[in-house]
Amino acid sequence: MPDVPVLEARDLTLTYGQRRVVDGLTIGIPEGKVTMIVGANACGKSTLLRGLSRLLKPSGGAVTLNGKDIHSRPARELARTLGLLPQHPTAPDGITVRDLVGRGRYPHQGFFRSWSDKDDAAVQRALETTGTLDLAGRDVDELSGGQRQRVWIAMALAQETDVLLLDEPTTYLDLAHQVEVLDLVTDLNRSRGTTVAIVLHDLNLAARYAHHVIAMQAGAVMAAGLPGDVVTEELVRGVFGLESRVIPDPVSGTPLIIPIGRHHAIANELEPAP
Amino acid sequence: MTTSEAGRRTALLAAAVVLLFFASVLLGSYTVTLPDFFTIVTNHLTGGPKIPGASFIVMEDKLPRTVIGTMIGTAFGLAGALFQTMLRNPLASPDVIGISSGASAAAVVAIVVFGASGGAVSGAALAGALAVAALIYGISRGGERRGAGRGNAAGNRLVLAGVGIAAALQAVISFLLTRADIRTAADVLVWLNGSLNSANWDRAGILFLALAVLVPAVAAIAGPLRILELGDDAAAGLGVRVPAARLALVVIAVALAAVATASAGPVSFVAFLAGPIARRITGRSSLPASALVGALIVLAADYFAANLAPLLLDGTVLPVGVVTGALGAPFLLWLLVTANRKDA
Repeated sequence: MPDVPVLEARDLTLTYGQRRVVDGLTIGIPEGKVTMIVGANACGKSTLLRGLSRLLKPSGGAVTLNGKDIHSRPARELARTLGLLPQHPTAPDGITVRDLVGRGRYPHQGFFRSWSDKDDAAVQRALETTGTLDLAGRDVDELSGGQRQRVWIAMALAQETDVLLLDEPTTYLDLAHQVEVLDLVTDLNRSRGTTVAIVLHDLNLAARYAHHVIAMQAGAVMAAGLPGDVVTEELVRGVFGLESRVIPDPVSGTPLIIPIGRHHAIANELEPAP
Repeated sequence: MTTSEAGRRTALLAAAVVLLFFASVLLGSYTVTLPDFFTIVTNHLTGGPKIPGASFIVMEDKLPRTVIGTMIGTAFGLAGALFQTMLRNPLASPDVIGISSGASAAAVVAIVVFGASGGAVSGAALAGALAVAALIYGISRGGERRGAGRGNAAGNRLVLAGVGIAAALQAVISFLLTRADIRTAADVLVWLNGSLNSANWDRAGILFLALAVLVPAVAAIAGPLRILELGDDAAAGLGVRVPAARLALVVIAVALAAVATASAGPVSFVAFLAGPIARRITGRSSLPASALVGALIVLAADYFAANLAPLLLDGTVLPVGVVTGALGAPFLLWLLVTANRKDA
């Protein structure tokens, strides 16, 4: 079954002032899949996510959602279909978990449509899905980093969009919590069919959790496709300038990158120390 | 703190404002009983007989003064809380970022250079506040186009631009004061300190009309503001048109600060303190609580300035701004010392 792109960028150019961060890039985010966008620091992957979600107006090309230019639609209407969790959202002081998650319902409310039972149900579902129901009455300030990230994801879930973009949702989390967050994203994708695009630093986790990988370098796409096809030793060399071995992940069979570095060599090639 | 507890505390604040309102009108150097007060007001409205002395003092001095005090407190409180919440920076109140300086400089120019008084001074103050706001907004937007506007950077640029402009305008005010003759300079100083001494019903009416437009506007923008609190990117992801919402917020907050300053001068620290104090009381940033705290500060400070200060200072009635300034500065330090690190 061929992948149908729900969110597409065509010849997309994004600039900050004179600086071109994304240059003439064309990609598709396939519908109902988990897509991971990977690349070295400052390769433009977070900027691409901002461009895909209407935060940055393109200086060239276009971004379309279901074939329609995202900039031609009212902001709130778009936000009912396309959600974004940025890298550093701020929790207002003294806000409770339930209140914060409830703010995800903003695009569903109007000037004359205030809080409804439907909103309550959506918040409840989001809290349940993310396992944060027990925390609902707590202040967000009191939570641990892992709990807080789940609460932010719950807020994005409460938005109930078909497409969800996450910018480095695992930053500052320990390995267990990183896996927990990505498991949660997989649950969401499987149970609700939500299309997810994630900017992720960790290539191994990206390869394991993605259906589709987009590797970026210097504002352009180096490779895109199945993790097994995209994540190779040549790609790691090209994108990160890093020598590595790529072996099948013993758990999932997806590519697992073993970095080499200057002080190590591969075991069976190692010279005995004098 | 639960939502209902915060609501209860906001209700208590509202009760305190009502209490202080009546205390200001009824008590002090001339005391009026509550039944007399209602008789005076009813007879004033229906054209009934006046109570000699008391009617004049209540209707021409105490009541307009207290009504204006409540309204400017509300306006300053809202203006400060809007700026502080939008820019996520407790320093970003209109008195710190130069809006009040703009009003002051324009008013001083009007008084010293053009010999203006009364309504003309208020008009100049309003124009000055709006002009400075436009200038600061333009400067901070210029940075955004160059790519410096991500996250809180835009807010911080606005604060820095405002602080710079405030300093320049203070120099203009000082320069004009050295050029003015001593009587004019005394008038200027009263205005600069913020005073309710010249309160009258005309002024109260204009202020009321302005608030009748601006307070509903605040209510309308409060929804997007709650989302902007999550950060610009998160707000955009939730469907807030961030630049448009921010512009609307700036216009409303500046208008509130400007009309309040035009009515009574730049009563210092009210806009700055109302938001943080309201947050201390209700546990979260709250526009209604900030408005109420603003009114409380002005009413309490004016009561002190008009009734208690003369007892201590051989009959000198202080401008309200001197009291808010004297109380405000130590309170600010106390807030900084006791604030948890996240607030500071």
